[in-house]
Amino acid sequence: MSRQTPNSASSSEAKGRAAAAVIEAEPPASEASVEARKAEQKARIKGLDRETLIELYYQMLLVRRFEEKSAESYSMGKIGGFCHLYIGQEAVAIGAISVIRRDDYVLTSYREHAHALAKGMTADSVMAELYGKATGCSKGKGGSMHMFDKRVGFLGGHAIVGGQIPLATGVAFASKYQGTDQVTLCFFGEAAVNQGAFHESLNMAQLWKLPCIYICENNQYGMGTSLERAMSLKDISLKARAYELAGEIVDGMDVLAVREATERAVARARKESLPTLLEVRTYRFMGHSMSDPGNYRTRAEIEHHQERDPLKLFFATLVETETASEKELADLDKRVREEVAQSVRFADESPEPDPAELYTDIYANPLVSSEAVY
Amino acid sequence: MAVITIREALNQALREELQRDKNVFLMGEEVAAYQGAYKVTKGLLEEFGPKRVIDTPITELGFAGLGVGAAMVGLRPIVEFMTWNFSILATDQIINSAAKMLYMSGGQFKIPMVFRGPGGSAFQVSSQHSQALESWYAYFPGLKVVMPSTPADAKGLLKSAIRDDDPVIFIEQERMYGQKGEVPDDEDFLIPLGVADVKRAGTDATIVARSLMVPLALKAAEELEKQGVSCEVIDPRTIRPLDIGTIIKSVKKTNRVVVAEESHPFCGVAGEISAEINERAFDYLDAPVRRVSGADVPMPYAKNLENLAIPGVEQIIAAVREVAYL
Repeated sequence: MSRQTPNSASSSEAKGRAAAAVIEAEPPASEASVEARKAEQKARIKGLDRETLIELYYQMLLVRRFEEKSAESYSMGKIGGFCHLYIGQEAVAIGAISVIRRDDYVLTSYREHAHALAKGMTADSVMAELYGKATGCSKGKGGSMHMFDKRVGFLGGHAIVGGQIPLATGVAFASKYQGTDQVTLCFFGEAAVNQGAFHESLNMAQLWKLPCIYICENNQYGMGTSLERAMSLKDISLKARAYELAGEIVDGMDVLAVREATERAVARARKESLPTLLEVRTYRFMGHSMSDPGNYRTRAEIEHHQERDPLKLFFATLVETETASEKELADLDKRVREEVAQSVRFADESPEPDPAELYTDIYANPLVSSEAVY
Repeated sequence: MAVITIREALNQALREELQRDKNVFLMGEEVAAYQGAYKVTKGLLEEFGPKRVIDTPITELGFAGLGVGAAMVGLRPIVEFMTWNFSILATDQIINSAAKMLYMSGGQFKIPMVFRGPGGSAFQVSSQHSQALESWYAYFPGLKVVMPSTPADAKGLLKSAIRDDDPVIFIEQERMYGQKGEVPDDEDFLIPLGVADVKRAGTDATIVARSLMVPLALKAAEELEKQGVSCEVIDPRTIRPLDIGTIIKSVKKTNRVVVAEESHPFCGVAGEISAEINERAFDYLDAPVRRVSGADVPMPYAKNLENLAIPGVEQIIAAVREVAYL
């Protein structure tokens, strides 16, 4: 095997390897100034219609308000178990999922409320699941970490770090086997990159040319352990090269940057049936979960990143480019708050699962002999 | 009816089900070009091509999870572990994904797939390649666990497992691939999961045996017959769901039970069967339920030590004589 990078592959190989040629060696997104980011986002806005832009803002806002309300409900004891919030990372799920079709697939980890909403699940069904109600998307059996909706191609909600990566690879395998042009987006945190499941999956995906887009949401912490303390090769996008995948670093605080990068990866998957690894650099403003004391990072660090708030950035871009007025966006916020409040009312008023549900959905094919023991 | 080996019976089942349903595919290490490490998949690549008979890298967690993902969206994967020993690397996907997906998705995502391969003791391959793992998998609601002991059972059960809509753990016995027996020629010959088989009828004691222990139990029964003890030998065939009804019916008749297994005794299937019998038929027992299990040690390499670690006919005979107070 040649030690050439895909970029410098010989011309005879170039065609087959073209997909692996997108490796941008940009500095970490966190280093760019707020002004520089604004300028970049404004440049990206060209060519996008107003409706699309407002929809993106609406979705990010929906996630932000939904998560704020989730935190509140959790503190009131209405939501149990673990609850991992997405505040700060909205641009990633919203930007990426905005470029795929309803019949494409999404799988993600336990930090999943945003992905579920972005894929088209209603706030009602997601909130009701958090409340453990029969009207929840998983009938109250999955909770915060295991949401599913077959109708919109949302395939979970998986709570063992990295566990969804082989699954998503299999979903993409099935699309290729069935001869459809569907693509699969697989989201995971940067800590999952240290799991064997990540490496095994990327190897198979490129070996068999599967239409899977691996989106690493690098929020810099695996629970309380920083990437610095957990990863030897810290440039995650480079790990794509180990398996000859296309790899790219993406600014995860810019919804339009995420959108553009995902569009390129989706085209590669849909047209050429090739996988991509996107390292999307982001930051979570809240703790790992609701029970996180947060003593592993400083207030100053969090505040530094909050200046790069993806919602603030996009708000400024929309207003400064006169795509929308402040008043319009404020009205939108009111609508979103009402939508979220409604989901809480819906969840509150919904019935708990019937006790008989304890013993349903264990097997698809129940037994012949009634005396047999499961 | 043709007389064929368990290996051939499994091969027929795979071939027929691959022919029957284009959503069925087979994946694993050396299953295609090499024709299977144990030749169970011989000829399948040639007949069905590389799209449906797929050699994988040595990446058990990866391809087990890939299979589960493919099953979520309509395929019916058969994932072969070269041996069940290697499934240990894939347990996260088998247990956390395959077994629980239907439940935690509120019934939305069934996982119609088969994990199969040889398990149990092999010939002098020491500790890491010679172990029985059925009690692990049988522990989890959501999984079905099947262990055939004859060519006919192997074929009929594997075909049912492939057509089943739940994840099935199908454990073939490595030492038994060459064992011969009659198998019906019918392409729709199916044996339902969850139905035990009375391999030999008897009146004085019940021997519950699975997999490798079935032929040994039958030999023991023959010998005991000469000694005036009539044994009934029951093969549950599927460990989960367990057809406890057939076992209890036999216990009520014979009042004495031996459960034979090659696996470790602690937290094992024989212990579970014994508990079920105690809860359901205690008043019918004339003696405590007796287990015959593999030695509670990692499998040794030396031939004499290996022989000591696996239960034999003599131990089953001694246990039956014990419960019969002879």
